[in-house]
Amino acid sequence: MVAASGTGFALPPAASAAARAAAAHFQRLGLPTPRAEAWKYTNLRGLGAVDFAPAAPSSAPLPDLPVLASLPGLPRLVFVNGHHRPDLSNVAPGPAGPGAPALARPERDAFAALNTMFATPSPIVVPPGHDAGTVLRLSLTLAGSDPIAAHPRQSLTLGAGARLTLLDVSAGTGAYLHNEVLEIALGAGAHLTHLRLQEGSAAAFAITTLYADLAEGAGYDALSFTLGAALSRTEAHVALSGAKARFTFDAAQALTAHQHGDITTVLAHDAPQGRSRQTIRNVLAQSARGVFQGRIDVARAAQKTDGYQMNHALLLSANAEIDSKPELRINADDVKCSHGATVGELDADQIFYLRSRGIPEPEARAMLIRGFLAEPLAAIAEAPIRAVFDDALARALTGLTA
Amino acid sequence: MLEIRDLHATITDAEGRSLEILRGIDLAVPDGEVHAIMGPNGAGKSTLAHVLSGRDFYQVTAGSAVLDGVDLLAMAPEQRAAAGLFLAFQYPVELPGVGNAHFLRTALNAQRRARDLPEIDAVQFLKLARAEIKRLAMPEDMLKRQVNVGFSGGEKKRNEVLQMGLLRPRLAVLDETDSGLDIDALRIVAEGVNALRGPQFSALVITHYQRLLDYIVPDRVHVLAAGRIVRSGGPELARQLEVEGYAAIEQAA
Ligand SMILES: Nc1ncnc2c1ncn2[C@@H]1O[C@H](COP(=O)(O)OP(=O)(O)O)[C@@H](O)[C@H]1O
Ligand SMILES: [Mg+2]
Repeated sequence: MVAASGTGFALPPAASAAARAAAAHFQRLGLPTPRAEAWKYTNLRGLGAVDFAPAAPSSAPLPDLPVLASLPGLPRLVFVNGHHRPDLSNVAPGPAGPGAPALARPERDAFAALNTMFATPSPIVVPPGHDAGTVLRLSLTLAGSDPIAAHPRQSLTLGAGARLTLLDVSAGTGAYLHNEVLEIALGAGAHLTHLRLQEGSAAAFAITTLYADLAEGAGYDALSFTLGAALSRTEAHVALSGAKARFTFDAAQALTAHQHGDITTVLAHDAPQGRSRQTIRNVLAQSARGVFQGRIDVARAAQKTDGYQMNHALLLSANAEIDSKPELRINADDVKCSHGATVGELDADQIFYLRSRGIPEPEARAMLIRGFLAEPLAAIAEAPIRAVFDDALARALTGLTA
Repeated sequence: MLEIRDLHATITDAEGRSLEILRGIDLAVPDGEVHAIMGPNGAGKSTLAHVLSGRDFYQVTAGSAVLDGVDLLAMAPEQRAAAGLFLAFQYPVELPGVGNAHFLRTALNAQRRARDLPEIDAVQFLKLARAEIKRLAMPEDMLKRQVNVGFSGGEKKRNEVLQMGLLRPRLAVLDETDSGLDIDALRIVAEGVNALRGPQFSALVITHYQRLLDYIVPDRVHVLAAGRIVRSGGPELARQLEVEGYAAIEQAA
């Protein structure tokens, strides 16, 4: 194992006991290498070679972000370089302390350990039966001339029957590591709609490790768009621990040049009658590489589980590459679980149909790529939020079709 | 005016062999006229339609196709559209994730740009599109849906006619737009075509059945068999074919 060399990963001076324990885990685990099965397709050599300084709190004004202009009215929680910015937020995270879920696994997952060494917890708690509406969480990393590492940490606890829509946007400038951990605990019958947009800078490493636990009848609908970063990984550990829990995951990544995007999910169907729907869409141009690893564990008790997982890849160049690794481990006998993958180029009939209407070929191709990625956006009910994703897609498309 | 002379086209099959599908088509459609092309399955009707609009799946090996004096075969498909050619597909293509309104406006504005006309904004466009939809007795949610996705066969065909109505071509090629339509839909489609008739519009109506031609009365009827026009005549030829079938004509060819 390669230990992180950068000073950025040295424990801060006033470290808590938890941070010190996490540092010991990180010391032992080191940065993952492709020898670890879960990291077979994603090589972190590039990340290990950078000397990241710990990201200091910043008082910089917010850059002009389209998301703020288009959603001025939303309650928002803003983090810059992993630190909460009360001056830019109109919602405050709750107090840290007991009650916040401890779902992260720093003893097993190196990036969670690293996050725990530096992060300040930021809990959001929605009381039972309460509908918290839509909240914007904005996590920015603003690097100057030197590479920095930010370690945002967000926990969400929804009490029984509570509801929340979280618009979760991360972006940044310069060279940085954005190593975030999200912990999501959904009480019985609670419902979370999680709309993620990751638009890291071209020099960014963006690692998200997400842990979710769903109690009986809870619903978690996640939409996750990865459009930026030199290297990104979204690793979701989702446990359907209560009966009749439902999880949908619509992930999309649009990558070009030498971008590398990894989507890894580990689903634990631990209780009966759970339902999961995962659809991944990759658009890969030039020498981009996409990875999807989807593991579904169905426990003996999880009878009548209904699981579905599909990885679609659109390859726009002969040098683009997709790695797809489904893994079903089923220990119950009355279970419906399916997985599949499609890989292809743009459809010649579709291109011709558009051109026959007078639309020039580059524009026709862009429309089809956009359509492929945008399919899950139709489910977003609020038009201004849909517009945020539409705009981000438009920006990504100029990169893809350049 | 469309003038097709001695047009030959081939396809390459899975084994790499070249098959000649169009074997010397001669056809002229003067301005303001509607001509029907009839013929048995596999005769090459759709091939002719696709070759005219520039599908590169087919290779043109000889001949010419000229619209208003410009060589169609030298142009990209989008340039042919901008020059006034429109093909209503026999099998309209589904475009998942692409909204119908966005598609229609993009097409309209692409053609307007190519003709140095100002673009139409979203508000103006909606007005135009709604009027057209009403004329074609289509449900208004047609604009909000994804292009042809989940459309019934009849809705797909009507969506083609909607596009034609908005794009106002000089020459429309309608490839079996009548197949799969019930009599009411057929009448609506026919009215859509008839409404465009005038000195600046001509059409090639490809159909398998005489039925459509009761509503769109053609100036001329041509029979295409085995890649050639084997017979031409007035509207009465369609009725004769309906009675006698194509067999006699194919034998004569
Ligand atoms: N895309 C294609 N792939 C294979 N064969 C084709 C294709 N298009 C046309 N053909 C062949 O060309 C001939 C003419 O087809 P087509 O033009 O579709 O006939 P029509 O429209 O008159 O029924 C047929 O023998 C058909 O099998
Ligand atoms: Mg045909």
